[in-house]
Amino acid sequence: MQEFLQYLFSGMTNGAIYAVIAVGFSMLYNSTDLINFAHGEFVMLGALGLVTLWKTAGLPLPAAFILTVMGVAGAGLLFERLAIRTVSKPHPIVLVIITVGASIFLRGIAMLVWGKDSHSVPPFSQHNPIDIMGAKLLAQSVWIFCIVLSVVILLWFFYQKSLTGKAMQATAISKRAAWLTGIPAEKMVLLAFIMSTGMGAVAGIIIAPVTMCSYDMGTMLGLKGFCAAMLGGIGSLWGALIGGFLLGILEALGVGFFSSAIKDAIAFVLLLLILYFRPGGIIKSTDASRF
Amino acid sequence: MLHRILKSTFIIISLMTLVFSSHVWAEETYKIGGLFSVTGRASFLGDPEKKSMEMVVDMINKNGGIDGRMLEAVIYDTEGDPTKAVMGVSKLINKDQVIAIIGPSTTPTTLAVLPFAEKSKTPIISCAAGNKITTPVNPWVFKTAQSDILAVSAIYEHMKKQNIKNIGILTVSDAFGESGRQQLEEQAASFGLTIVQADKFGGKDTDMTAQLTKIRKAEPDAIVCWGTNPGPAVIAKNIKQLDIKIPLYQSHGVASPKFIELAEEAADGIYLPTGKILVADLLPEDDIQKPVLAEYIKQYNEKYKVPVSGFGGYAYDAVNILAKALKGTGGDKEKLRQNIENMTNHTGVSGTFNFSPSEHNGLAPDAFVMVQIKNGTWELIK
Repeated sequence: MQEFLQYLFSGMTNGAIYAVIAVGFSMLYNSTDLINFAHGEFVMLGALGLVTLWKTAGLPLPAAFILTVMGVAGAGLLFERLAIRTVSKPHPIVLVIITVGASIFLRGIAMLVWGKDSHSVPPFSQHNPIDIMGAKLLAQSVWIFCIVLSVVILLWFFYQKSLTGKAMQATAISKRAAWLTGIPAEKMVLLAFIMSTGMGAVAGIIIAPVTMCSYDMGTMLGLKGFCAAMLGGIGSLWGALIGGFLLGILEALGVGFFSSAIKDAIAFVLLLLILYFRPGGIIKSTDASRF
Repeated sequence: MLHRILKSTFIIISLMTLVFSSHVWAEETYKIGGLFSVTGRASFLGDPEKKSMEMVVDMINKNGGIDGRMLEAVIYDTEGDPTKAVMGVSKLINKDQVIAIIGPSTTPTTLAVLPFAEKSKTPIISCAAGNKITTPVNPWVFKTAQSDILAVSAIYEHMKKQNIKNIGILTVSDAFGESGRQQLEEQAASFGLTIVQADKFGGKDTDMTAQLTKIRKAEPDAIVCWGTNPGPAVIAKNIKQLDIKIPLYQSHGVASPKFIELAEEAADGIYLPTGKILVADLLPEDDIQKPVLAEYIKQYNEKYKVPVSGFGGYAYDAVNILAKALKGTGGDKEKLRQNIENMTNHTGVSGTFNFSPSEHNGLAPDAFVMVQIKNGTWELIK
């Protein structure tokens, strides 16, 4: 029982991070039909941004948190303006390849700025791990759960209650129809980019104290987040959340009860299975077949 | 149109000059190749190795070269990627026509390039630790990094003294970890140890608590972790977080100040084997390696203004061995190979090398010392 709980905690911590990354993927896909393969790099920028602002510059944590998210969202804005908007024939494949290019570019920049070594930051608070029936729940994990939950609830309110959120959803359903009703569709796409990369930054920030941050950490996290998004049903907020947690927990249980060698295989086998049997994901988004 | 013709003429002329001039150079210099993971995950190995190689080559040239001929280092970056290492080795052999190769930095990249070196009959001195590189002995392949055989013996020797019986091992899932795991399993019995739980982790994993929980369940007396940064630092932190109180042993793969920086307080109390360079100033005065180490550290600090890591020494030793063996060969690769193979009592940064036709690493267990991390620094265990 103690082991099972420990695997569960470990899986939920990783799962929460996959979930935030998956939400970022989903959001952008919803508004633009685009899978941003540079998303993992924005996660990396978030983590390394925190290293600089919090550990090196010595800002208080909340300020470093907000500044990092704003900075990365700003990078997302530039990315949309300079690399995506300027494409004359925005065929999905062309755009996807641009995002792959952007990910290599961002990795290169980060390597020059932060160097090739790993960096680490301390946990957000210095509490001792919480003991639940012999299993240890880290204080940082509690922080991660709280931040992920509040982010998702905020997003849900934004989509359901605010006019901008509804306008974004309308743009997602049909850009042209939204435009006809007077919604500035271009602006909505830009906003989706800003919010999605901002979410990436949040994921990077909360994971920074758990793991080591380096310029090449984004690739694997991005892929896992993408798996989680596909698993839950891309385009769906709750789907991303479920997909993330499911993936994290299955990985931890796989390591615990079978073999630690299969950890990464789990994500990709799940991805293949879901694409084969239920391409829309667990929560089938209404328009997942748009590609 | 005219503009374009002029431009292409210019390009052709400059290309020809380039080819021509490099041809002239080749007559006068010994070209030696370097393959290091200067960037990428293993850059902590490749970067100091590249710097050390350039430093020794400069030094040798300043002192008049070898038999009056200068050395020229051609260095390519493998990025720690076997594919890029293979591309690099082909370039070194076919385009640059080097007489010998130093590197690559890691076991996977070294294993990937070996067949090419052997086929072209070019001596290669690897800077990687993996034991598979020199066992079985390949006539053209040498290495200067201490084998994991020696590292494992050093750890097990220490465990024996501590009266440890059961151990859990956690190895990274790449060639370095695989080679370490094999050695840990093979040597355990001869030191009276039992491996009660063996697990693996991915080099980019963010959390190892699941593996550690599994190991804790098996109730070992100590844990051995075999990997290179940053994974082992995550494991050190996870062990503290899970409140596991048994001793943790790390491999020589993390023997650099970077590990302490990453693991912070969690590094305290960890045992690891390391080459003597990390604790050079703590060594007794009569240690035969002490003057060599002092010289290397002084040169490196003066030239690059950064502290030495334990890894640059592999390339330093490799170039020095190569230079020594190159004397009087006139650039003949077979003679060069034989000279390396017959070299004995060469005191280097990583230990005293005694090569022979059946031993291409040439180091003895005294190349390693055990250290413990205490208050953010290394302490020599007598």
